[in-house]
Amino acid sequence: MKQQETLVELKNICKSFDGKSVLNNLDLTIYNGEFLTILGPSGCGKTTTLRLIAGFEQADSGDILLQGKRINNIPANNREVHTVFQNYALFPHMTVFDNIAFGLKMHKVPKNEIKEKVMEVLRIVKLEEFIDRKPHQLSGGQQQRVALARALVNKPLVLLLDEPLSALDASLRLNMQKELKQLQHKLGITFVLVTHDREEALSMSDRVIVMNRGVIEQCGTPKNLYEEPNSIFVANFIGDVNVLNGEVLGFEDNLIKAKVEGRICSIKTKKELNIGDKFTLLLRPEDMRIEKLSEHPDTEGLMIGNIETKVYKGATLDTTIKLNNGTVIKASEFFDEEYEDFDYNMNEQVSVGWVSGWEVVLKDERA
Amino acid sequence: MKERNLFHTVTIAVIVLWLLLFALIPNIIMFIVSFLEYDSQSFVKAVFTLENYKKFFTGAYFNIFLNSFKVAAIATFLCLIIGYPFAYILARSKSKYKGLMALLVVIPYWTSALIRTYAISYMLAANGLINTILIKIGIIDAPLSLLYTEGAVIFGFVYTLLPFMILPLYATIDKFDFRYIEAAQDLGASKLRTFYHIILPLTSPGIIAGTVLVFLPALGLFYIPSLLGGGKHIMVSNIIQEQFTSNVLQNWPLGSAASVLITVIMGIMIWAYYKSSKSFRTKVL
Repeated sequence: MKQQETLVELKNICKSFDGKSVLNNLDLTIYNGEFLTILGPSGCGKTTTLRLIAGFEQADSGDILLQGKRINNIPANNREVHTVFQNYALFPHMTVFDNIAFGLKMHKVPKNEIKEKVMEVLRIVKLEEFIDRKPHQLSGGQQQRVALARALVNKPLVLLLDEPLSALDASLRLNMQKELKQLQHKLGITFVLVTHDREEALSMSDRVIVMNRGVIEQCGTPKNLYEEPNSIFVANFIGDVNVLNGEVLGFEDNLIKAKVEGRICSIKTKKELNIGDKFTLLLRPEDMRIEKLSEHPDTEGLMIGNIETKVYKGATLDTTIKLNNGTVIKASEFFDEEYEDFDYNMNEQVSVGWVSGWEVVLKDERA
Repeated sequence: MKERNLFHTVTIAVIVLWLLLFALIPNIIMFIVSFLEYDSQSFVKAVFTLENYKKFFTGAYFNIFLNSFKVAAIATFLCLIIGYPFAYILARSKSKYKGLMALLVVIPYWTSALIRTYAISYMLAANGLINTILIKIGIIDAPLSLLYTEGAVIFGFVYTLLPFMILPLYATIDKFDFRYIEAAQDLGASKLRTFYHIILPLTSPGIIAGTVLVFLPALGLFYIPSLLGGGKHIMVSNIIQEQFTSNVLQNWPLGSAASVLITVIMGIMIWAYYKSSKSFRTKVL
């Protein structure tokens, strides 16, 4: 990764509404030129974080820095930060041109220059022929582009996007995801996106921050978060996950010998564990491997369960297996050319394993 | 199904008949009469003339007309200046008593307007409440002449018609999406410019509705200029009233013409309101 220059910094931010704490000592750094996504369930404080950066809310305590300068007391209209609102908030009484020109007019840009800049940004979002339309004469996707153009025309240091795609239908959303990413790449403006949609977060961002209950749970690249979640919450939020209970039996070379839901196995981890320690093992459905019992006459030391449901998904066969102790495991297996007709019978007893090395070990959160 | 159809037909027929008998036909009669000649014996003579209208565009009647518009316009403007901030604060209030506060605006109007206008005239009189208090606390030596002035008439209009300004404004501002304000500020607009470029145009249907609802009654309420203007400050409404009720004048065609003129003005204002509300896709009335 190239040298990272800090653009926005939030330090020790606390914010509460009506005595209810929303942000708790939040620290956050945004680098110049990156596409950062703040991901979290509703009420986690992600939108409040965005509104603090935009200047619509005041922090109870802590500092907000933009290019190293404290901006806590600078009102929203004097910050070089623009927002694309969730429902776009396009001015209904103005045409597309006037909406986009609004910010330039407010900054007292000369008239001929305004026209030039508006046309330029309209070309970027491919809306030149809609210049004289009113917002209600545009489709959802077009309104979205106008909102983007309106926020981008002033060339802000940071563009804040508050769930900008949530009002669009699924196929349009996928298209806009790609376009947003391309646009960000082309313009080199720092984008901060807030969403509760993990696919949006994974597919567009350079970096993702997962928030929960006013604190940052984890921060990293999409790949990093998906493959190495550091909590059950993050693992769950970033994708489907199987949460298994294990116990350390002993050590063998660099590996831990452990018993996970009945299965005796060897696990590699950097976590410090002692014999007898309980731990949590996270496995994605696609990490799981199911084996027919006919290959294992002896079930001692294996994870045994019955096929509970199976769903044919075209590329994969998704199954759930109910273990004898009641735990339900999700598995998603790709069809393999060698075993074209692999399939299971309902209620068939099978042994469940996983691709060694793909597991994530967490210290027992309940301990 | 059949019963419902019958119910629909009867309900609508009653309304249509009612409007036809008591609104449309009288208005048509008045419209026709306004083009007929005055006759002292039989009220009207069936001869076509434009004389009645001409009177209102010349001489004393024209001045009364102009003055009526001036008084009505000042009263409307004052209602707007007082009503807008009030409606804005009320609409933006997060208090749970918001609805109750809106109701309070209307409560004085549960008393007859005529009685309240008499009450104002007693307060403004030479030996009335205001003068008595001002003399008692020594601000003035002799009573001010408050009653029977144009100011008293305007005060009466503003007092009586203020809710008709506040309520449509409240309805529009209440529906106004305050995210537009954030969007404007986000793009660099100061508070004043946000008000001028965003809030004002987007609440203009309420402003126009309120203006129509205040301006037209201000032209039509004859008892306020009668009681508070004391006959010195005559308005169009007084002319209309006198032409129809006074034993001496009884010039029905002239009264009709004045009334038709007011109806036409009302029509134009409602049309303007309709146009403005259509362009924002919001409606108040």
